[in-house]
Amino acid sequence: MIPSNSELVQLSQALQSEEISSLELCEESFRRISEWSELNAFISLDQEGALEFAEGVDRKRTKTNLDPLAGIPLAHKDIFCTKGLLTTCGSKILSNFVAPYDATLVSRLKERNTILLGKTNMDEFAMGSSSEHSYYKPVRNPWDTTLVPGGSSGGSAVAVAAGLVPAATGTDTGGSIRQPAALCGITGVKPSYGRVSRFGMVAFASSLDQAGIFTRSAKDAAMMLDAMCGFDPRDSTSLKVEPPNCMRGIEESPKELTIGVPEEYFAQGLDPTVGEIIQAALSEFEALGARLISLRMPNSKSAIPCYYVIAPAEASSNLSRFDGVRYGYRSDSGHDLREMYKKTRSEGFGSEVQRRIMTGTYVLSHGYYDAYYLKAQKVRRLIFEDYSRAFERCDLIMGPTTPTTAFKIGAKMDDPVLMYLNDIYTAAVNLAGLPAMSIPAGFDKTGLPVGLHMVAPYLQEAKLLSVAHLFQQHTDFHLKAPVKES
Amino acid sequence: MTQWESVIGLEVHIQLQSKSKIFSGASTRFGSDPNVQACLIDVALPGVLPVCNVEAVRMAVVFGLAVGAKINRRSIFERKNYFYPDLPKGYQISQYEIPIVSGGSIETEVNGEVRVVGLTRAHLEEDAGKSLHDQFKDATGIDLNRAGTPLLEIVSEPDIRTAAQAADYMRKLHSLVTFLGICDGNMQEGSLRCDANVSVRLVGQQELGTRTELKNINSFRFVEKGIEVEIDRQIELLESGGKIVQETRLFDSKRNVTRSMRGKEDAQDYRYFPDPDLPPLVVSDDFIREVQRELPELPNERKKRFENDFGLTKADAVQLTQSREVADYFEEALQQSPDNVKGVVNWINVELASYLNKSGLNIQNSKVSAGTLGELVAKVSDGTISGAGGKTLLQELWDDPRQTVDAIIEAKGLRQMDDSAELEKLVEQVMAENPEQIQKIQDGNHKVLGFLVGQVMKLSKGQANPKSVSDLLKHKMGL
Repeated sequence: MIPSNSELVQLSQALQSEEISSLELCEESFRRISEWSELNAFISLDQEGALEFAEGVDRKRTKTNLDPLAGIPLAHKDIFCTKGLLTTCGSKILSNFVAPYDATLVSRLKERNTILLGKTNMDEFAMGSSSEHSYYKPVRNPWDTTLVPGGSSGGSAVAVAAGLVPAATGTDTGGSIRQPAALCGITGVKPSYGRVSRFGMVAFASSLDQAGIFTRSAKDAAMMLDAMCGFDPRDSTSLKVEPPNCMRGIEESPKELTIGVPEEYFAQGLDPTVGEIIQAALSEFEALGARLISLRMPNSKSAIPCYYVIAPAEASSNLSRFDGVRYGYRSDSGHDLREMYKKTRSEGFGSEVQRRIMTGTYVLSHGYYDAYYLKAQKVRRLIFEDYSRAFERCDLIMGPTTPTTAFKIGAKMDDPVLMYLNDIYTAAVNLAGLPAMSIPAGFDKTGLPVGLHMVAPYLQEAKLLSVAHLFQQHTDFHLKAPVKES
Repeated sequence: MTQWESVIGLEVHIQLQSKSKIFSGASTRFGSDPNVQACLIDVALPGVLPVCNVEAVRMAVVFGLAVGAKINRRSIFERKNYFYPDLPKGYQISQYEIPIVSGGSIETEVNGEVRVVGLTRAHLEEDAGKSLHDQFKDATGIDLNRAGTPLLEIVSEPDIRTAAQAADYMRKLHSLVTFLGICDGNMQEGSLRCDANVSVRLVGQQELGTRTELKNINSFRFVEKGIEVEIDRQIELLESGGKIVQETRLFDSKRNVTRSMRGKEDAQDYRYFPDPDLPPLVVSDDFIREVQRELPELPNERKKRFENDFGLTKADAVQLTQSREVADYFEEALQQSPDNVKGVVNWINVELASYLNKSGLNIQNSKVSAGTLGELVAKVSDGTISGAGGKTLLQELWDDPRQTVDAIIEAKGLRQMDDSAELEKLVEQVMAENPEQIQKIQDGNHKVLGFLVGQVMKLSKGQANPKSVSDLLKHKMGL
């Protein structure tokens, strides 16, 4: 009765016209979640709380007109603090942590009367590109359950791709929304740095982390972003600017559109099939009246090394608070303070998190700071300038989101550098603080989705989404949904 | 004999008395039950973020302007990373490369010798919590009430040459920050905490000797004593052919020695880097102008004004500007008795001071208000009551501050006799009873006059005005 590829805007209309109740919608979601439990999309569910809240919203609806998002079931990445619910960040060290407060994003969406069904699985502390680095089970790709869904927000991407929820939140530090969106064939948006409050979002790399959204379509994302963005006095890096109001301009894509296509994104390392599908998508834009120009982004090759200095440096400090003293896991085998720290952190953190803490500690150490951290900050500036120059000539930059389609579970677990290269096209955007998204651009011969990466100038989310919406009005890749094998 | 010179630089942490913490909205009040003043942010729960308290910034700017320093328009908060249970985030937010205040100076005065001590910098940072080691069996308690209290760390140049000068620097700093109203100055509660870098060198030598850092010398006396002991230790060690090791030491005030706490090799790598949660701290010209306008009169200026405008002696002026509260008290009392500056000074510095000392109170907690004390002085000045009556009055006021000056004067019969007929009777009575003494006076021994005055006072039960009595006696004896 509710197709698994339903768009959020359709469900919103159905709810408002009372064709369907929020309770029915949520019950259907829980049914699908249990039916597709092998995907391991969720770390925890709040069925009782969600259904009770949904009933409340349904009751309210009979009395007053509600927000268009009221009654919509959602899932939050398990990196957002939720009052009274587990917030694990995919880690053993927070396996018993129940937050006493809601993240700003969580409370904003709660105020809109959306229904929180549960918390989604992820790479531990958002460190990873496959959602295998979870203390809980690895997340599986619904298009082929032997494959990874991408990461780190893999659980949220899968929940939307498989039709378990119409929208789910994620965070993107180097590609953690856009890469899984590409590998799962859905729409994923990372807004400009500072658009969505980081208060209550467990920090990985504070200067790069940004909350965003997974949905089926760009229009759905526009509706969600309008509710998510906005200044928060509790986050000093939050922007004191008007929210983007993406919905108002969603049907108004620019009359004249120039798309910049960086040569570097089609060089060695890109899977030829992915390249062809992206070229076809760009041709579609040309057919819709856009002008394509070739660009050079000379510093793009430095993005991954630069990212893997700055992100671990910040992470090494951000994760110091997980020390077993006040909350979370504490090893009981330590006999003194030093030993308690060592055992707690060695037992509580997984190997990838430990690797990054050590890398970050090293690059900030006395004698290495200038050569690594300071140098990386200079490179970050150069990358930012690459984009500034490029946007003097074009409205948006486009290319592939990822070099390949989804890969086998376990395939890259022993080779961290190979894993890191998943973010080769996406990490630079975080370093520059720009808004970007991935939308489905087509499928390879085996039926796996390919994502088109679109980057906009600072704060131009509305333009970004309207162009994506234009593409989705002329294509139907975003409406394709995986079918559960029986 | 070899001449040694010591070189001392002080790092003083002052707790800024803002209502809430530097990066959270929790209260900074002292003495609450453990952890009741620690909010989500102070406890460093996952996901929380710091927001800088403008009040703390304003206080740092107040200090910078008061010491003639440069206010950096753009300063940077950095993270100082280390693990300790009372440091919830695993890092302390501080300022490192670019502090909010650079330069400035403070004048010291020891035995009349005025010297200028340069300041390197003053930067904002957050305080840590407290570890309670002796309240639990086999466990350490953590109290995070103090975590996040705003601190201003004031670093001096190595311009200080003696332990006494170091102590005076502390006193001057204490007086300045309390005057400015940015610190409550309560040393027992740790509102001012001092570390000292101490080295010695031969007089005339240019390069500095190896220094040691003396931690937590938190009273004026310990600053002086601890540094003195450390200087002696260093000189003794060098003279016996030893070498100073760069290290952190603690002053043991009971045994009057300093002890090694940790060596240089144990020094931690704090991995400072700019805090990505806090944008650069920008202070606008307008903000600085506004603070400048509201800057209170500084202790030195006020001291000079007291000397010039009221004709106070230097010693009195110093005593009355030891804190802003004392100076305010003096000026308020003076309003009630503007014609008797000397009287107001003495009643505050001698009589009131003795009550305050006995009860261990600060002047701001004095049971007798400035206005009331001024009234008392005025009553003595205009002869309504005698000096002795004034002392009785002060005692009465101190014991029950709800009483009024006039009511006590009446109730205790302190009013001096102003009825000249009655007074004359008493004088005549005393003269009649003491012919020998009168003869002595008339023979030129005027000292005896005091005895007669005393006799009259006795008869009047202290209510006569001694000056009137004396005048009347002289008149009657034709002197």
